[in-house]
Amino acid sequence: MSTPADNAPAAHSAGAEESRPSLAALLLDPSFWADWASVVGLVGLVIVFGIAQPVFLSVANLQALLLAAAILVVLSIGQTFVIATSGIDLSLAAAVMLGAIILGLVNAAGYGIFIACVLAVLATSAVGFLNGLIITAGKIPDFVVTLGTLSGITGLGLILSGGEPTMVGSTFLLRLASGSFGPFGYPVWVAIAAVIVAHIALYHTRFGVHLLATGGQAESAGALGIRTNRVKIAAYTISGLCAGVAAILLVARIGSAEPQINTSLLLNSVAAVVLGGVSLFGGRASILGPAIGALMLTALVNGLTLLNVSAFYQPLAVGAIVVLAALIMRYQK
Amino acid sequence: MSAPHHIPAAEAIIACEGLSKHFGGIRAFTDVAFQARRGEVTAVIGDNGAGKSTLVRSLVGVHQPDAGDLFFDGQARPFANPDEARKAGIETVHQNLALIDELTVAQNLFLNREIVRRIGPFAFLDRKAMKREARSMLSRLSINVPSINQRVRRLSGGQRQAISICRAVGSGAKLVVMDEPTAALGVQETANVEALIRRLREQSVSVILVSHNFDQVRRLSDQIWVMRAGKMAATVRASETSGNELVALVTGAA
Repeated sequence: MSTPADNAPAAHSAGAEESRPSLAALLLDPSFWADWASVVGLVGLVIVFGIAQPVFLSVANLQALLLAAAILVVLSIGQTFVIATSGIDLSLAAAVMLGAIILGLVNAAGYGIFIACVLAVLATSAVGFLNGLIITAGKIPDFVVTLGTLSGITGLGLILSGGEPTMVGSTFLLRLASGSFGPFGYPVWVAIAAVIVAHIALYHTRFGVHLLATGGQAESAGALGIRTNRVKIAAYTISGLCAGVAAILLVARIGSAEPQINTSLLLNSVAAVVLGGVSLFGGRASILGPAIGALMLTALVNGLTLLNVSAFYQPLAVGAIVVLAALIMRYQK
Repeated sequence: MSAPHHIPAAEAIIACEGLSKHFGGIRAFTDVAFQARRGEVTAVIGDNGAGKSTLVRSLVGVHQPDAGDLFFDGQARPFANPDEARKAGIETVHQNLALIDELTVAQNLFLNREIVRRIGPFAFLDRKAMKREARSMLSRLSINVPSINQRVRRLSGGQRQAISICRAVGSGAKLVVMDEPTAALGVQETANVEALIRRLREQSVSVILVSHNFDQVRRLSDQIWVMRAGKMAATVRASETSGNELVALVTGAA
Protein backbone atom coordinates (compact mmCIF):
# COMPACT_ATOMS: atom_id res chain seq x y z
CA MET A 1 0.00 0.00 0.00
CA SER A 2 1.19 3.51 -0.72
CA THR A 3 2.04 5.85 2.10
CA PRO A 4 1.41 9.61 1.91
CA ALA A 5 5.04 10.19 0.95
CA ASP A 6 4.69 7.86 -2.01
CA ASN A 7 1.87 9.95 -3.31
CA ALA A 8 3.72 13.24 -3.29
CA PRO A 9 2.75 14.11 -6.88
CA ALA A 10 -0.92 13.81 -5.97
CA ALA A 11 -0.53 16.13 -3.00
CA HIS A 12 0.07 19.35 -4.91
CA SER A 13 -3.01 18.92 -7.05
CA ALA A 14 -5.28 18.49 -4.06
CA GLY A 15 -3.78 19.62 -0.78
CA ALA A 16 -6.93 18.75 1.11
CA GLU A 17 -6.46 15.12 0.22
CA GLU A 18 -3.25 14.86 2.14
CA SER A 19 -5.14 13.73 5.19
CA ARG A 20 -6.77 11.01 3.11
CA PRO A 21 -3.95 9.50 1.12
CA SER A 22 -5.95 6.33 0.84
CA LEU A 23 -8.30 7.89 -1.71
CA ALA A 24 -5.58 8.67 -4.23
CA ALA A 25 -3.95 5.32 -3.54
CA LEU A 26 -7.30 3.62 -3.87
CA LEU A 27 -8.01 5.21 -7.24
CA LEU A 28 -4.57 4.21 -8.52
CA ASP A 29 -4.96 0.65 -7.28
CA PRO A 30 -6.25 -1.59 -10.09
CA SER A 31 -7.66 -4.09 -7.62
CA PHE A 32 -10.06 -1.41 -6.35
CA TRP A 33 -11.49 -1.13 -9.87
CA ALA A 34 -11.61 -4.89 -10.17
CA ASP A 35 -13.54 -5.35 -6.93
CA TRP A 36 -16.02 -2.62 -7.77
CA ALA A 37 -16.18 -3.08 -11.55
CA SER A 38 -19.93 -3.60 -11.71
CA VAL A 39 -20.74 -0.66 -9.40
CA VAL A 40 -18.33 1.67 -11.18
CA GLY A 41 -19.68 0.52 -14.53
CA LEU A 42 -23.28 1.02 -13.49
CA VAL A 43 -22.64 4.49 -12.06
CA GLY A 44 -20.64 5.41 -15.16
CA LEU A 45 -23.41 4.27 -17.50
CA VAL A 46 -26.07 6.09 -15.49
CA ILE A 47 -24.06 9.34 -15.67
CA VAL A 48 -23.27 9.02 -19.38
CA PHE A 49 -26.79 8.04 -20.42
CA GLY A 50 -28.31 10.58 -18.01
CA ILE A 51 -26.39 13.39 -19.71
CA ALA A 52 -26.87 12.13 -23.26
CA GLN A 53 -30.56 11.39 -22.86
CA PRO A 54 -32.28 12.89 -19.77
CA VAL A 55 -35.27 10.57 -20.28
CA PHE A 56 -32.98 7.77 -19.11
CA LEU A 57 -33.19 9.12 -15.57
CA SER A 58 -36.97 9.48 -15.54
CA VAL A 59 -38.76 7.45 -12.88
CA ALA A 60 -40.76 5.61 -15.53
CA ASN A 61 -37.64 4.56 -17.43
CA LEU A 62 -35.78 3.50 -14.29
CA GLN A 63 -38.78 1.39 -13.27
CA ALA A 64 -38.89 -0.18 -16.72
CA LEU A 65 -35.16 -0.82 -16.53
CA LEU A 66 -35.47 -2.64 -13.21
CA LEU A 67 -38.41 -4.64 -14.53
CA ALA A 68 -36.41 -5.65 -17.58
CA ALA A 69 -33.43 -6.61 -15.39
CA ALA A 70 -35.38 -8.90 -13.03
CA ILE A 71 -35.06 -12.08 -15.12
CA LEU A 72 -31.36 -11.58 -15.74
CA VAL A 73 -30.74 -10.89 -12.04
CA VAL A 74 -32.41 -14.18 -11.07
CA LEU A 75 -30.44 -16.12 -13.70
CA SER A 76 -27.17 -14.47 -12.69
CA ILE A 77 -27.71 -15.65 -9.13
CA GLY A 78 -28.09 -19.24 -10.34
CA GLN A 79 -25.02 -18.91 -12.54
CA THR A 80 -23.07 -17.44 -9.59
CA PHE A 81 -23.60 -20.55 -7.46
CA VAL A 82 -22.31 -22.76 -10.26
CA ILE A 83 -19.35 -20.55 -11.16
CA ALA A 84 -18.41 -20.33 -7.46
CA THR A 85 -17.73 -24.09 -7.63
CA SER A 86 -15.50 -23.38 -10.67
CA GLY A 87 -18.14 -24.78 -13.01
CA ILE A 88 -20.33 -23.14 -15.64
CA ASP A 89 -23.95 -23.75 -16.54
CA LEU A 90 -24.36 -23.41 -20.30
CA SER A 91 -27.80 -25.02 -20.19
CA LEU A 92 -29.28 -22.17 -18.15
CA ALA A 93 -31.18 -20.42 -20.96
CA ALA A 94 -32.32 -23.75 -22.42
CA ALA A 95 -33.67 -24.68 -18.97
CA VAL A 96 -35.63 -21.41 -18.95
CA MET A 97 -37.16 -22.40 -22.28
CA LEU A 98 -38.04 -25.88 -21.04
CA GLY A 99 -39.58 -24.42 -17.89
CA ALA A 100 -41.64 -21.98 -19.96
CA ILE A 101 -42.90 -24.72 -22.28
CA ILE A 102 -43.85 -27.02 -19.40
CA LEU A 103 -45.62 -24.11 -17.72
CA GLY A 104 -47.53 -23.39 -20.92
CA LEU A 105 -48.45 -27.00 -21.66
CA VAL A 106 -49.55 -27.86 -18.11
CA ASN A 107 -51.60 -24.69 -17.97
CA ALA A 108 -53.14 -25.38 -21.38
CA ALA A 109 -54.02 -28.89 -20.21
CA GLY A 110 -56.20 -27.26 -17.57
CA TYR A 111 -54.27 -28.09 -14.39
CA GLY A 112 -54.25 -24.52 -13.17
CA ILE A 113 -51.51 -21.96 -13.15
CA PHE A 114 -50.05 -22.79 -9.72
CA ILE A 115 -49.46 -26.44 -10.53
CA ALA A 116 -48.03 -25.32 -13.88
CA CYS A 117 -45.57 -22.99 -12.16
CA VAL A 118 -44.56 -25.62 -9.60
CA LEU A 119 -44.00 -28.25 -12.29
CA ALA A 120 -41.96 -25.80 -14.36
CA VAL A 121 -39.68 -25.08 -11.40
CA LEU A 122 -39.42 -28.78 -10.55
CA ALA A 123 -38.48 -29.61 -14.14
CA THR A 124 -35.73 -27.00 -14.36
CA SER A 125 -34.41 -27.97 -10.92
CA ALA A 126 -34.30 -31.57 -12.13
CA VAL A 127 -32.28 -30.45 -15.15
CA GLY A 128 -29.81 -28.75 -12.80
CA PHE A 129 -29.68 -31.80 -10.53
CA LEU A 130 -28.99 -34.00 -13.55
CA ASN A 131 -26.20 -31.67 -14.70
CA GLY A 132 -24.55 -31.88 -11.28
CA LEU A 133 -25.01 -35.64 -11.06
CA ILE A 134 -23.45 -36.33 -14.47
CA ILE A 135 -20.58 -33.93 -13.82
CA THR A 136 -19.67 -35.41 -10.43
CA ALA A 137 -20.51 -39.08 -10.96
CA GLY A 138 -19.12 -39.19 -14.49
CA LYS A 139 -16.16 -36.91 -13.70
CA ILE A 140 -16.84 -35.03 -16.93
CA PRO A 141 -15.95 -31.34 -17.33
CA ASP A 142 -18.84 -28.98 -16.51
CA PHE A 143 -18.51 -27.31 -19.87
CA VAL A 144 -19.07 -30.52 -21.82
CA VAL A 145 -21.98 -31.77 -19.73
CA THR A 146 -23.93 -28.52 -19.74
CA LEU A 147 -23.25 -28.09 -23.44
CA GLY A 148 -24.81 -31.52 -23.90
CA THR A 149 -27.84 -30.76 -21.75
CA LEU A 150 -28.19 -27.41 -23.53
CA SER A 151 -28.72 -29.32 -26.76
CA GLY A 152 -30.69 -32.12 -25.14
CA ILE A 153 -33.29 -29.99 -23.41
CA THR A 154 -33.58 -27.70 -26.42
CA GLY A 155 -34.64 -30.78 -28.35
CA LEU A 156 -36.93 -31.90 -25.54
CA GLY A 157 -38.57 -28.47 -25.54
CA LEU A 158 -39.13 -28.61 -29.28
CA ILE A 159 -40.55 -32.14 -29.10
CA LEU A 160 -42.91 -31.28 -26.23
CA SER A 161 -44.15 -28.08 -27.83
CA GLY A 162 -44.10 -29.27 -31.44
CA GLY A 163 -42.22 -26.07 -32.14
CA GLU A 164 -45.33 -23.99 -31.52
CA PRO A 165 -45.69 -21.27 -28.89
CA THR A 166 -48.42 -21.76 -26.28
CA MET A 167 -50.47 -18.79 -25.17
CA VAL A 168 -50.72 -18.48 -21.41
CA GLY A 169 -53.70 -16.33 -20.50
CA SER A 170 -53.54 -16.29 -16.73
CA THR A 171 -54.68 -13.42 -14.57
CA PHE A 172 -52.16 -14.48 -11.93
CA LEU A 173 -49.26 -14.13 -14.37
CA LEU A 174 -50.71 -10.95 -15.81
CA ARG A 175 -50.83 -9.43 -12.35
CA LEU A 176 -47.32 -10.72 -11.62
CA ALA A 177 -46.00 -9.03 -14.74
CA SER A 178 -47.82 -5.72 -14.53
CA GLY A 179 -48.68 -5.23 -10.85
CA SER A 180 -46.50 -3.41 -8.42
CA PHE A 181 -46.01 -2.98 -4.72
CA GLY A 182 -44.57 0.32 -3.59
CA PRO A 183 -42.12 1.70 -6.13
CA PHE A 184 -41.31 -1.61 -7.81
CA GLY A 185 -43.17 -4.10 -9.97
CA TYR A 186 -43.63 -7.62 -8.60
CA PRO A 187 -40.85 -9.13 -10.78
CA VAL A 188 -38.43 -6.65 -9.22
CA TRP A 189 -39.52 -7.80 -5.77
CA VAL A 190 -39.01 -11.41 -6.83
CA ALA A 191 -35.48 -10.54 -7.90
CA ILE A 192 -34.83 -8.64 -4.65
CA ALA A 193 -36.08 -11.62 -2.64
CA ALA A 194 -33.83 -13.95 -4.65
CA VAL A 195 -30.84 -11.69 -3.99
CA ILE A 196 -31.53 -11.65 -0.24
CA VAL A 197 -32.05 -15.41 0.06
CA ALA A 198 -28.98 -16.16 -2.06
CA HIS A 199 -26.86 -13.68 -0.12
CA ILE A 200 -27.82 -15.30 3.17
CA ALA A 201 -27.18 -18.78 1.75
CA LEU A 202 -23.74 -17.77 0.52
CA TYR A 203 -22.52 -15.79 3.49
CA HIS A 204 -24.42 -17.06 6.49
CA THR A 205 -24.73 -20.81 6.10
CA ARG A 206 -22.34 -23.76 6.21
CA PHE A 207 -23.40 -24.54 2.66
CA GLY A 208 -22.04 -21.19 1.48
CA VAL A 209 -18.62 -21.74 3.06
CA HIS A 210 -18.47 -25.30 1.72
CA LEU A 211 -19.45 -24.02 -1.72
CA LEU A 212 -16.54 -21.58 -1.77
CA ALA A 213 -14.18 -24.21 -0.35
CA THR A 214 -15.24 -26.66 -3.06
CA GLY A 215 -14.69 -24.05 -5.75
CA GLY A 216 -11.41 -22.89 -4.25
CA GLN A 217 -9.63 -26.21 -3.73
CA ALA A 218 -11.91 -29.20 -4.15
CA GLU A 219 -9.22 -31.68 -3.12
CA SER A 220 -8.38 -29.87 0.11
CA ALA A 221 -12.06 -29.44 0.89
CA GLY A 222 -12.55 -33.15 0.34
CA ALA A 223 -9.60 -33.96 2.60
CA LEU A 224 -11.38 -32.03 5.35
CA GLY A 225 -14.47 -34.15 4.96
CA ILE A 226 -16.58 -31.78 2.85
CA ARG A 227 -18.67 -33.76 0.39
CA THR A 228 -17.69 -31.73 -2.62
CA ASN A 229 -19.80 -33.75 -5.06
CA ARG A 230 -22.95 -33.03 -3.09
CA VAL A 231 -22.06 -29.35 -2.94
CA LYS A 232 -21.60 -29.25 -6.70
CA ILE A 233 -24.89 -31.02 -7.34
CA ALA A 234 -26.61 -28.57 -4.98
CA ALA A 235 -25.10 -25.61 -6.86
CA TYR A 236 -26.42 -26.90 -10.19
CA THR A 237 -29.81 -27.62 -8.67
CA ILE A 238 -29.97 -24.03 -7.40
CA SER A 239 -29.07 -22.87 -10.88
CA GLY A 240 -31.95 -24.96 -12.26
CA LEU A 241 -34.30 -23.56 -9.62
CA CYS A 242 -33.38 -20.02 -10.65
CA ALA A 243 -34.03 -20.95 -14.28
CA GLY A 244 -37.52 -22.08 -13.24
CA VAL A 245 -38.26 -18.80 -11.47
CA ALA A 246 -36.92 -16.93 -14.49
CA ALA A 247 -39.19 -19.02 -16.75
CA ILE A 248 -42.25 -17.96 -14.76
CA LEU A 249 -41.21 -14.31 -14.97
CA LEU A 250 -40.55 -14.68 -18.70
CA VAL A 251 -43.91 -16.27 -19.49
CA ALA A 252 -45.62 -13.61 -17.37
CA ARG A 253 -43.78 -10.91 -19.28
CA ILE A 254 -44.50 -12.07 -22.83
CA GLY A 255 -47.80 -13.86 -22.20
CA SER A 256 -46.82 -17.06 -23.97
CA ALA A 257 -44.39 -19.96 -23.77
CA GLU A 258 -42.04 -19.87 -26.74
CA PRO A 259 -39.90 -22.83 -27.83
CA GLN A 260 -36.99 -20.48 -28.43
CA ILE A 261 -33.78 -20.06 -26.57
CA ASN A 262 -32.78 -16.56 -25.71
CA THR A 263 -29.02 -17.08 -26.06
CA SER A 264 -28.32 -13.54 -24.90
CA LEU A 265 -29.80 -14.55 -21.52
CA LEU A 266 -27.14 -17.25 -21.15
CA LEU A 267 -24.26 -15.07 -22.29
CA ASN A 268 -25.43 -12.13 -20.21
CA SER A 269 -25.81 -14.31 -17.10
CA VAL A 270 -22.14 -15.29 -17.41
CA ALA A 271 -21.22 -11.69 -18.25
CA ALA A 272 -23.05 -10.37 -15.19
CA VAL A 273 -21.23 -12.85 -12.97
CA VAL A 274 -17.87 -11.82 -14.40
CA LEU A 275 -18.74 -8.14 -14.05
CA GLY A 276 -19.75 -8.86 -10.48
CA GLY A 277 -16.19 -9.81 -9.59
CA VAL A 278 -16.83 -13.54 -9.23
CA SER A 279 -13.79 -15.62 -10.12
CA LEU A 280 -14.34 -18.02 -13.02
CA PHE A 281 -11.83 -20.30 -11.28
CA GLY A 282 -14.20 -20.65 -8.34
CA GLY A 283 -13.83 -20.01 -4.63
CA ARG A 284 -14.72 -16.34 -4.76
CA ALA A 285 -18.26 -15.08 -5.10
CA SER A 286 -20.79 -12.50 -4.08
CA ILE A 287 -24.45 -12.08 -4.89
CA LEU A 288 -24.69 -8.30 -4.97
CA GLY A 289 -21.87 -8.08 -7.54
CA PRO A 290 -23.55 -10.21 -10.21
CA ALA A 291 -26.93 -8.60 -9.45
CA ILE A 292 -25.44 -5.16 -10.08
CA GLY A 293 -23.65 -6.60 -13.13
CA ALA A 294 -27.03 -7.72 -14.48
CA LEU A 295 -28.45 -4.25 -13.80
CA MET A 296 -25.51 -2.73 -15.61
CA LEU A 297 -25.96 -4.87 -18.73
CA THR A 298 -29.67 -4.07 -18.78
CA ALA A 299 -28.92 -0.35 -18.34
CA LEU A 300 -26.50 -0.56 -21.26
CA VAL A 301 -29.14 -2.00 -23.60
CA ASN A 302 -31.81 0.37 -22.28
CA GLY A 303 -29.59 3.44 -22.71
CA LEU A 304 -28.45 2.48 -26.21
CA THR A 305 -32.09 1.97 -27.21
CA LEU A 306 -33.01 5.41 -25.85
CA LEU A 307 -30.14 6.89 -27.83
CA ASN A 308 -31.58 5.25 -30.96
CA VAL A 309 -28.54 3.09 -31.42
CA SER A 310 -29.40 0.12 -33.61
CA ALA A 311 -30.04 -3.11 -31.74
CA PHE A 312 -27.29 -4.65 -33.84
CA TYR A 313 -24.72 -2.72 -31.84
CA GLN A 314 -25.92 -3.96 -28.46
CA PRO A 315 -24.19 -7.36 -28.47
CA LEU A 316 -21.02 -5.60 -29.58
CA ALA A 317 -21.23 -3.20 -26.62
CA VAL A 318 -21.96 -6.03 -24.16
CA GLY A 319 -19.06 -8.07 -25.51
CA ALA A 320 -16.63 -5.16 -25.29
CA ILE A 321 -17.63 -4.44 -21.69
CA VAL A 322 -17.33 -8.06 -20.60
CA VAL A 323 -13.85 -8.45 -22.09
CA LEU A 324 -12.83 -5.15 -20.51
CA ALA A 325 -14.14 -6.32 -17.15
CA ALA A 326 -12.25 -9.59 -17.49
CA LEU A 327 -9.05 -7.65 -18.16
CA ILE A 328 -9.58 -5.48 -15.09
CA MET A 329 -10.35 -8.62 -13.07
CA ARG A 330 -6.79 -9.81 -13.54
CA TYR A 331 -5.76 -7.19 -11.03
CA GLN A 332 -8.06 -8.50 -8.36
CA LYS A 333 -6.23 -9.16 -5.12
CA MET B 1 20.08 -53.19 16.78
CA SER B 2 17.66 -52.64 19.65
CA ALA B 3 14.30 -54.34 19.32
CA PRO B 4 11.21 -52.14 19.69
CA HIS B 5 10.22 -52.30 23.33
CA HIS B 6 6.61 -52.38 24.39
CA ILE B 7 4.83 -49.87 26.54
CA PRO B 8 1.64 -50.56 28.49
CA ALA B 9 -1.48 -50.25 26.33
CA ALA B 10 -3.00 -47.57 28.53
CA GLU B 11 -0.06 -45.30 27.87
CA ALA B 12 -0.21 -45.70 24.10
CA ILE B 13 -2.55 -43.44 22.16
CA ILE B 14 -1.90 -45.48 19.02
CA ALA B 15 -0.15 -48.79 18.51
CA CYS B 16 0.28 -51.34 15.78
CA GLU B 17 1.71 -54.81 15.55
CA GLY B 18 2.75 -56.95 12.61
CA LEU B 19 1.63 -54.20 10.22
CA SER B 20 2.51 -54.77 6.54
CA LYS B 21 1.71 -52.93 3.37
CA HIS B 22 2.52 -53.95 -0.17
CA PHE B 23 1.82 -52.12 -3.41
CA GLY B 24 1.73 -54.85 -6.01
CA GLY B 25 5.11 -56.52 -5.75
CA ILE B 26 6.69 -53.65 -3.89
CA ARG B 27 6.86 -53.96 -0.11
CA ALA B 28 6.38 -50.55 1.50
CA PHE B 29 6.93 -51.96 4.99
CA THR B 30 6.75 -55.37 6.61
CA ASP B 31 5.85 -56.61 10.10
CA VAL B 32 6.08 -53.22 11.78
CA ALA B 33 5.39 -52.71 15.48
CA PHE B 34 5.02 -49.08 16.52
CA GLN B 35 3.59 -47.17 19.43
CA ALA B 36 3.07 -43.53 20.34
CA ARG B 37 2.66 -42.48 23.96
CA ARG B 38 -0.15 -40.26 25.08
CA GLY B 39 0.89 -36.61 25.47
CA GLU B 40 4.26 -37.11 23.81
CA VAL B 41 5.78 -36.09 20.51
CA THR B 42 6.69 -39.32 18.73
CA ALA B 43 8.98 -39.03 15.72
CA VAL B 44 9.32 -41.45 12.83
CA ILE B 45 12.56 -41.01 10.90
CA GLY B 46 14.23 -42.85 8.09
CA ASP B 47 15.82 -42.41 4.70
CA ASN B 48 13.76 -41.62 1.62
CA GLY B 49 11.81 -44.74 0.71
CA ALA B 50 12.22 -46.30 4.15
CA GLY B 51 8.43 -46.47 4.40
CA LYS B 52 7.76 -43.85 7.08
CA SER B 53 5.17 -41.83 5.19
CA THR B 54 3.39 -44.97 4.03
CA LEU B 55 3.35 -46.30 7.59
CA VAL B 56 1.81 -43.12 8.94
CA ARG B 57 -0.72 -43.01 6.12
CA SER B 58 -1.66 -46.58 6.93
CA LEU B 59 -2.26 -45.55 10.53
CA VAL B 60 -4.72 -42.78 9.58
CA GLY B 61 -6.76 -44.66 6.99
CA VAL B 62 -5.26 -43.25 3.78
CA HIS B 63 -3.84 -46.71 2.99
CA GLN B 64 -5.27 -50.02 4.13
CA PRO B 65 -2.59 -52.27 5.67
CA ASP B 66 -2.46 -55.80 4.22
CA ALA B 67 -1.78 -57.44 7.56
CA GLY B 68 -1.41 -56.58 11.21
CA ASP B 69 -3.38 -55.04 14.07
CA LEU B 70 -4.01 -51.37 14.76
CA PHE B 71 -5.08 -50.03 18.14
CA PHE B 72 -6.18 -46.46 18.73
CA ASP B 73 -7.09 -45.13 22.16
CA GLY B 74 -7.25 -48.65 23.59
CA GLN B 75 -9.46 -50.16 20.88
CA ALA B 76 -8.75 -52.25 17.82
CA ARG B 77 -9.45 -49.72 15.04
CA PRO B 78 -8.68 -50.35 11.42
CA PHE B 79 -9.71 -47.15 9.62
CA ALA B 80 -11.37 -47.61 6.25
CA ASN B 81 -10.70 -43.99 5.23
CA PRO B 82 -9.28 -40.72 6.60
CA ASP B 83 -12.76 -39.53 7.53
CA GLU B 84 -13.20 -42.44 9.97
CA ALA B 85 -9.83 -41.70 11.51
CA ARG B 86 -10.79 -38.04 11.88
CA LYS B 87 -14.05 -38.94 13.56
CA ALA B 88 -12.17 -41.19 15.98
CA GLY B 89 -9.91 -38.25 16.88
CA ILE B 90 -6.88 -38.33 14.58
CA GLU B 91 -6.20 -35.08 12.74
CA THR B 92 -3.61 -35.07 9.98
CA VAL B 93 -1.73 -31.96 8.94
CA HIS B 94 -1.35 -32.52 5.23
CA GLN B 95 1.69 -31.34 3.41
CA ASN B 96 -0.14 -29.90 0.42
CA LEU B 97 -3.82 -30.39 1.08
CA ALA B 98 -3.97 -27.93 3.87
CA LEU B 99 -5.95 -24.75 3.51
CA ILE B 100 -8.42 -23.11 1.14
CA ASP B 101 -6.63 -20.08 -0.29
CA GLU B 102 -9.72 -18.01 -0.97
CA LEU B 103 -11.17 -18.36 2.52
CA THR B 104 -10.14 -16.30 5.52
CA VAL B 105 -8.05 -17.54 8.42
CA ALA B 106 -11.12 -17.84 10.64
CA GLN B 107 -13.11 -19.64 7.94
CA ASN B 108 -10.28 -22.11 7.43
CA LEU B 109 -9.95 -22.80 11.14
CA PHE B 110 -13.63 -23.72 11.32
CA LEU B 111 -14.05 -25.33 7.91
CA ASN B 112 -16.48 -28.21 8.11
CA ARG B 113 -17.03 -27.69 11.82
CA GLU B 114 -18.59 -24.26 11.68
CA ILE B 115 -20.35 -22.88 14.72
CA VAL B 116 -24.01 -22.33 13.87
CA ARG B 117 -26.98 -20.69 15.51
CA ARG B 118 -30.32 -22.34 14.93
CA ILE B 119 -33.37 -20.27 14.14
CA GLY B 120 -36.31 -22.61 13.60
CA PRO B 121 -35.34 -25.15 10.96
CA PHE B 122 -32.47 -22.99 9.70
CA ALA B 123 -28.87 -22.92 10.88
CA PHE B 124 -26.92 -19.74 10.36
CA LEU B 125 -23.20 -19.26 10.81
CA ASP B 126 -22.27 -17.64 14.08
CA ARG B 127 -19.44 -15.65 12.57
CA LYS B 128 -18.83 -13.60 15.71
CA ALA B 129 -18.38 -16.72 17.83
CA MET B 130 -16.09 -18.29 15.21
CA LYS B 131 -13.92 -15.17 15.02
CA ARG B 132 -13.73 -14.98 18.80
CA GLU B 133 -12.83 -18.66 19.06
CA ALA B 134 -10.34 -18.36 16.20
CA ARG B 135 -8.55 -15.53 18.01
CA SER B 136 -8.30 -17.52 21.21
CA MET B 137 -7.18 -20.68 19.37
CA LEU B 138 -4.39 -18.73 17.71
CA SER B 139 -3.34 -16.90 20.86
CA ARG B 140 -3.32 -20.12 22.88
CA LEU B 141 -0.60 -21.36 20.54
CA SER B 142 0.98 -17.89 20.19
CA ILE B 143 0.44 -17.88 16.43
CA ASN B 144 0.74 -14.45 14.83
CA VAL B 145 -1.28 -13.61 11.75
CA PRO B 146 -2.01 -10.09 10.51
CA SER B 147 -5.76 -10.60 10.79
CA ILE B 148 -8.10 -13.53 11.11
CA ASN B 149 -10.21 -11.91 8.39
CA GLN B 150 -7.35 -12.16 5.92
CA ARG B 151 -7.49 -14.57 3.03
CA VAL B 152 -5.05 -17.43 3.52
CA ARG B 153 -3.67 -16.87 0.00
CA ARG B 154 -1.71 -13.89 1.23
CA LEU B 155 -0.02 -15.64 4.15
CA SER B 156 3.51 -17.06 4.17
CA GLY B 157 4.22 -20.77 4.10
CA GLY B 158 5.05 -20.80 7.80
CA GLN B 159 1.89 -18.97 8.76
CA ARG B 160 -0.15 -21.38 6.66
CA GLN B 161 1.47 -24.38 8.31
CA ALA B 162 0.86 -22.86 11.73
CA ILE B 163 -2.81 -22.39 10.90
CA SER B 164 -3.12 -25.98 9.64
CA ILE B 165 -1.62 -27.22 12.89
CA CYS B 166 -3.83 -24.89 14.91
CA ARG B 167 -6.89 -26.25 13.14
CA ALA B 168 -5.86 -29.85 13.81
CA VAL B 169 -5.23 -29.16 17.48
CA GLY B 170 -8.29 -26.93 17.84
CA SER B 171 -10.62 -29.69 16.74
CA GLY B 172 -9.97 -31.42 20.05
CA ALA B 173 -8.09 -34.22 18.32
CA LYS B 174 -6.61 -36.95 20.50
CA LEU B 175 -3.70 -37.34 18.12
CA VAL B 176 -2.19 -34.93 15.59
CA VAL B 177 -0.17 -36.42 12.74
CA MET B 178 2.31 -34.19 10.88
CA ASP B 179 4.10 -35.40 7.77
CA GLU B 180 7.22 -33.30 7.16
CA PRO B 181 5.65 -30.12 8.55
CA THR B 182 8.68 -27.95 7.76
CA ALA B 183 9.76 -29.51 4.46
CA ALA B 184 8.83 -26.51 2.34
CA LEU B 185 9.73 -23.76 4.80
CA GLY B 186 12.60 -21.31 5.16
CA VAL B 187 14.89 -21.13 8.19
CA GLN B 188 12.94 -18.55 10.18
CA GLU B 189 9.59 -20.16 9.35
CA THR B 190 10.90 -23.57 10.30
CA ALA B 191 11.95 -22.12 13.66
CA ASN B 192 8.45 -20.72 14.16
CA VAL B 193 6.74 -24.02 13.36
CA GLU B 194 9.19 -25.87 15.63
CA ALA B 195 8.37 -23.45 18.43
CA LEU B 196 4.71 -24.22 17.82
CA ILE B 197 5.30 -27.98 18.03
CA ARG B 198 7.22 -27.42 21.27
CA ARG B 199 4.20 -25.57 22.69
CA LEU B 200 1.99 -28.51 21.70
CA ARG B 201 4.37 -30.77 23.63
CA GLU B 202 4.15 -28.49 26.67
CA GLN B 203 0.37 -28.73 26.45
CA SER B 204 0.61 -32.55 26.31
CA VAL B 205 -0.92 -32.92 22.85
CA SER B 206 -0.12 -36.33 21.36
CA VAL B 207 1.80 -35.81 18.14
CA ILE B 208 3.30 -38.10 15.51
CA LEU B 209 5.99 -36.28 13.56
CA VAL B 210 7.43 -37.66 10.33
CA SER B 211 10.74 -36.06 9.42
CA HIS B 212 14.12 -36.78 7.97
CA ASN B 213 15.77 -33.93 9.78
CA PHE B 214 17.57 -35.67 12.67
CA ASP B 215 18.43 -32.47 14.54
CA GLN B 216 14.84 -31.30 14.39
CA VAL B 217 13.60 -34.64 15.66
CA ARG B 218 15.99 -34.56 18.62
CA ARG B 219 14.93 -31.02 19.46
CA LEU B 220 11.21 -31.69 19.29
CA SER B 221 10.36 -35.26 20.17
CA ASP B 222 10.28 -37.52 23.21
CA GLN B 223 10.55 -40.89 21.46
CA ILE B 224 12.16 -41.60 18.10
CA TRP B 225 11.36 -44.59 15.88
CA VAL B 226 13.76 -45.39 13.10
CA MET B 227 12.68 -47.11 9.89
CA ARG B 228 15.07 -48.70 7.45
CA ALA B 229 14.15 -50.45 4.20
CA GLY B 230 10.55 -51.12 5.19
CA LYS B 231 11.32 -52.41 8.69
CA MET B 232 11.16 -50.76 12.09
CA ALA B 233 14.87 -50.77 12.87
CA ALA B 234 15.02 -49.23 16.31
CA THR B 235 13.41 -46.96 18.85
CA VAL B 236 15.18 -44.65 21.27
CA ARG B 237 14.36 -41.88 23.75
CA ALA B 238 15.30 -38.57 22.18
CA SER B 239 17.04 -37.50 25.37
CA GLU B 240 19.27 -40.59 25.35
CA THR B 241 20.53 -40.46 21.80
CA SER B 242 22.92 -38.43 19.70
CA GLY B 243 22.87 -37.27 16.13
CA ASN B 244 25.59 -39.73 15.26
CA GLU B 245 23.66 -42.62 16.73
CA LEU B 246 20.56 -41.65 14.70
CA VAL B 247 22.58 -41.47 11.50
CA ALA B 248 24.02 -44.89 12.28
CA LEU B 249 20.55 -46.32 12.95
CA VAL B 250 19.08 -44.85 9.79
CA THR B 251 21.89 -46.02 7.54
CA GLY B 252 22.28 -49.40 9.24
CA ALA B 253 25.89 -48.82 10.30
CA ALA B 254 25.12 -49.50 13.96
